[in-house]
Amino acid sequence: MLTLLGVAAVVVGFAVRLNPLLVVTIAAFVTGIAAGLTPVEVLEAFGKAFNENRFVTAAYLVLPVIGVVERAGLQERARSLIARFKGVSVGPFLIGYLAFRQLTSALGLTSIAGHAQSVRPMVAPMAEGAVEARTGELSDETRQDVRAMASATDNIGLFFGEDIFIAIGSILLMVGFLASSGIVIEPLHLSMWAIPTAIIAFVLHAGRLLLFDRKLRRGPGV
Amino acid sequence: MIKLSAVYILTGVVFTAFAVLSAMDRNNAKRFGNAAFWGLVAVSYLAGDHLGDLGNGVLVMGLAAIAGFGLLGRGQPATTSPAERKALAERFGEKLFIPALTLPVVVAFGVLVLKPMAFGGTPLLDPKQATPISLALAAVIAVAVALILLRQPLISPLQEGRRLMDTVGWAAMLPQMLAALGAIFALAGVGQVIGDLVTTWIPMDARLTAVAVYCLGMAGFTMIMGNAFAAFPVMTAGIGLPILIHKFGGDPAVVASIGMLSGFCGTLMTPLAANFNLVPAALLELPDRYAVIKAQIPTALPLLIANVVLMYVLAFR
Repeated sequence: MLTLLGVAAVVVGFAVRLNPLLVVTIAAFVTGIAAGLTPVEVLEAFGKAFNENRFVTAAYLVLPVIGVVERAGLQERARSLIARFKGVSVGPFLIGYLAFRQLTSALGLTSIAGHAQSVRPMVAPMAEGAVEARTGELSDETRQDVRAMASATDNIGLFFGEDIFIAIGSILLMVGFLASSGIVIEPLHLSMWAIPTAIIAFVLHAGRLLLFDRKLRRGPGV
Repeated sequence: MIKLSAVYILTGVVFTAFAVLSAMDRNNAKRFGNAAFWGLVAVSYLAGDHLGDLGNGVLVMGLAAIAGFGLLGRGQPATTSPAERKALAERFGEKLFIPALTLPVVVAFGVLVLKPMAFGGTPLLDPKQATPISLALAAVIAVAVALILLRQPLISPLQEGRRLMDTVGWAAMLPQMLAALGAIFALAGVGQVIGDLVTTWIPMDARLTAVAVYCLGMAGFTMIMGNAFAAFPVMTAGIGLPILIHKFGGDPAVVASIGMLSGFCGTLMTPLAANFNLVPAALLELPDRYAVIKAQIPTALPLLIANVVLMYVLAFR
């Protein structure tokens, strides 16, 4: 039971908004020591795992090119481009992005879009532009809502598309785990059963995006 | 064969540049904090395999200390003003999209075309790492395209990259640190303890209860671990296999697949899935660190309930 103290440290630390890097470090020590490791052993295990997971942070290699195109006005262009298509409202625009993200992820192309390489430079400014074209200059609060919704749409599209691809990590994990328990299953079978949830995720989130659009159109204060 | 180690060297060089440029940035009162932080990241990429486990542990402590004691500021490299950007946007027009769209095109090319290629039996790209390698390749090509097409200063990729990196700040290192915490949790058997608690204290005599406990447990456990991959083996060994599949005769493919997707609903609702939830809030400069999570919960919760219903209906046909 003591091993759960680390989990408690994480929950409390995040809830009171301590710096998360400190929270994680503290939780690692609490968990490790509760499990009977010495502090040095915890530090070694933590350092080893950190080093083995460096590929996670290498994704920031896309920032230099994103910075350059921002410097040259990409966000402004994205905003004005969408404003020229008067018929495109933020709801249908983000629904289109959701569909694009789900379909390409289902083909295994999970890394062709993302928060750094597409949401910040293009999708969020276009979503903002689509709202601006109808209601004029956005309040800070509305702008933040639109941006958060753009990021949420990227995540939802990715999560509920990728499991339809047969060679994605989670499918391979399931196949391996079931095989070690004596159940042999084709990856295709698992990915097929991801489709019903994918469809419901699309319908649910698309519905929310339409409501979001309608709320913004009624303007602030309503 | 191109391996991940080449990507690490490139990443290390880029972070070294961020560190040096940070140290020279007199507009940032905390410039040495930034230089030290990105410098440690650079050391990790360039020399991580030679530091030893303890050395890497000390390095991580250094990162946490710099971030935790508020020594990280925000660099202000000289960049274009909003008015200049508007004018440039008019001048370049749709050309501006080309470098950004080079990224997905090259990644897709890498994954679909380069990955299957082999010379004399040796694959061109390390097959297990094809996606990160393709992404790094795409980043380099896209920078070249941007510099040629838009004629920006040669230093601009590094200065603008540093500007964005400082925008993300400490949150940039959180996903990797959480992955390391996951390893400590695994070492301490945290998952097993939670799995045992759930199976001991919740009666699962009825099929619907068992389905609900499995799906909600996947989501809840994913929220605690920050990752559905960590939750899946524990919950499936504790409930999915013995109760849903063996006792009630559920279809293993349906149980596993929808179980995993229930975990993904949890991923949408937890700050521990930092790269999906906290990093974008930083990248989009949202003052509320949890704004993206709040935008996701109203989709994630009904979807989780839908998963319970789907599994109940589809697994026991």
